[in-house]
Amino acid sequence: MNKDTHIPHDPMHQRTKIQNIVPQKVIEVHDLVKRFGSFTAVDHISFDVKQGEIFGFLGANGAGKTTAMRMLCGLSKPTSGKGLVAGFDIRKESEQVKKNIGYMSQKFSLYNDLKVWENIRLFAGIYGIPEMEIDGRTGDLLRRLHFDKERNTLVKELPLGWKQKLAFSVSIFHEPKVVFLDEPTGGVDPVTRREFWELIYEATSRGITVFVTTHYMDEAEYCDRVSIMVDGRIEALDTPENLKKQFNTQNMDSVFLQLARKAKRTAN
Amino acid sequence: MKAVTVSHISKSYAKTPALQDICFEAEPGEIFGLIGPDGAGKTTLFRILTTLILPDKGNANIGSLDIIKDYREIRTRVGYMPGRFSLYQDLTVEENLQFFATVFNTTIEENYDLIKNIYQQIEPFKTRRAKALSGGMKQKLALCCALIHKPDILFLDEPTTGVDPVSRKELWEMLKSLREQGITILVSTPYMDEAGLCDRIAFMTGGRILRIDSPQNMITQYQDPLWAVRGKNMHKLLNDLRSNKNVKTCFAFGDAHHITCYDGSLIEKELEKFLLEKGNEEILIQPITATIEDCFMQLTNHE
Repeated sequence: MNKDTHIPHDPMHQRTKIQNIVPQKVIEVHDLVKRFGSFTAVDHISFDVKQGEIFGFLGANGAGKTTAMRMLCGLSKPTSGKGLVAGFDIRKESEQVKKNIGYMSQKFSLYNDLKVWENIRLFAGIYGIPEMEIDGRTGDLLRRLHFDKERNTLVKELPLGWKQKLAFSVSIFHEPKVVFLDEPTGGVDPVTRREFWELIYEATSRGITVFVTTHYMDEAEYCDRVSIMVDGRIEALDTPENLKKQFNTQNMDSVFLQLARKAKRTAN
Repeated sequence: MKAVTVSHISKSYAKTPALQDICFEAEPGEIFGLIGPDGAGKTTLFRILTTLILPDKGNANIGSLDIIKDYREIRTRVGYMPGRFSLYQDLTVEENLQFFATVFNTTIEENYDLIKNIYQQIEPFKTRRAKALSGGMKQKLALCCALIHKPDILFLDEPTTGVDPVSRKELWEMLKSLREQGITILVSTPYMDEAGLCDRIAFMTGGRILRIDSPQNMITQYQDPLWAVRGKNMHKLLNDLRSNKNVKTCFAFGDAHHITCYDGSLIEKELEKFLLEKGNEEILIQPITATIEDCFMQLTNHE
């Protein structure tokens, strides 16, 4: 207990001050474990992600990334351990977690048979954006993406790169505290892939935290911090710069290979 | 004789053109890469060459065999690994292999030499059902099944998509050792860094081939001088570089931004001064050789 009498008894004031110095944590994970029968998919992982950060979540196929991500999104209950996402307990308040995050996967993101504006309208409704705001915000979004002309286009007619950009924008349409992106740029052409990352930067400048998985190691360089999972555990977590120093190499590809080669288990 | 000859192939789905006037040749025993993003037409081309669909226009030969007239014979000579895992999920590893051997009227024993190195890696799991395998193991099994009838030509449609860098490296090692055994390999990939592992590559986008050459020639023929620029705040640096009048193109490439300039000769000191005045720190500007991805982006930008 701090009995220092020099500090005025004003906890609210103190908290504001601390927040100004240390950015708020949007994800806090402590000793998180997920077992399927005798198989430990996620094995005591702990980490924090700060507000506005781009956090790269890397690992080989079968390392436990998807399982960990599903727990963080409130879709799967941890076997043990604790996690707070956007301020809510992933175990007890999974519905609140879902409302306060965005999610985008490579495979499923939008409805192909709906028009661009219909997709936006649908997700806006699901996330409870007030009726009055939807039209205006849809217009803003389409203008920002230079998609004005595609308003009435069926999503299935858009090139993959456009779909992914639209899917990302839809996933943050409700301004969540954090958005989870599961391999968002797989198969996308090089120019669009870079434009996609510029959308990510733009989102973080608005204070949205980005949690992203990728198999492109150049994209690991765009993250503020990167974690690498091996056999259910986080084997490394730092800035790309520090990881390269630590593993005495020039690129993230080689950091990843050095770590992932240690993997013993063969997944699934 | 060429292993594969493709002349003026076109194909549309409804009114959407998937392939437009595709021409190329693959030499026997080479790894020929089709490099391009989703929607480039890679899968359609593979499906035509493996005689699964017909082209609207043009023709192609596998060796001396015509893809339309001789489709039955071609099917016995080629191995095809589609992009989506296409083995029988409810059969075990061994049963899948046995099944494909039987379909092609052969036995596992007869061509075991060809698959030995790959199969040994999954043999400990030979009684496991295919659906319970990890991504990397599924791929090894699929490759074994595509090889079991000792094809002359192997078609691999995006074998590394969604696969982690370790398994990707392993797969390319396997392809190199298959090439040593005289098999011609046509492989497609959206990963530009894998292009360098092919003997020759065709850049594809939007149903067309942009250029065919060896990876090395692609790089030496890159048209503009190129620089890598690094700084403390890379995102700010990207925007500031783009605001410079002499900067023609500027793209993020991992830990550096690659730029080309309008007047071709960049005075590095001048650009550094410009960037420092904008508030950037720790600026480092170096001339560099293009990567395959730079080449692809330059070609698509000129479209």
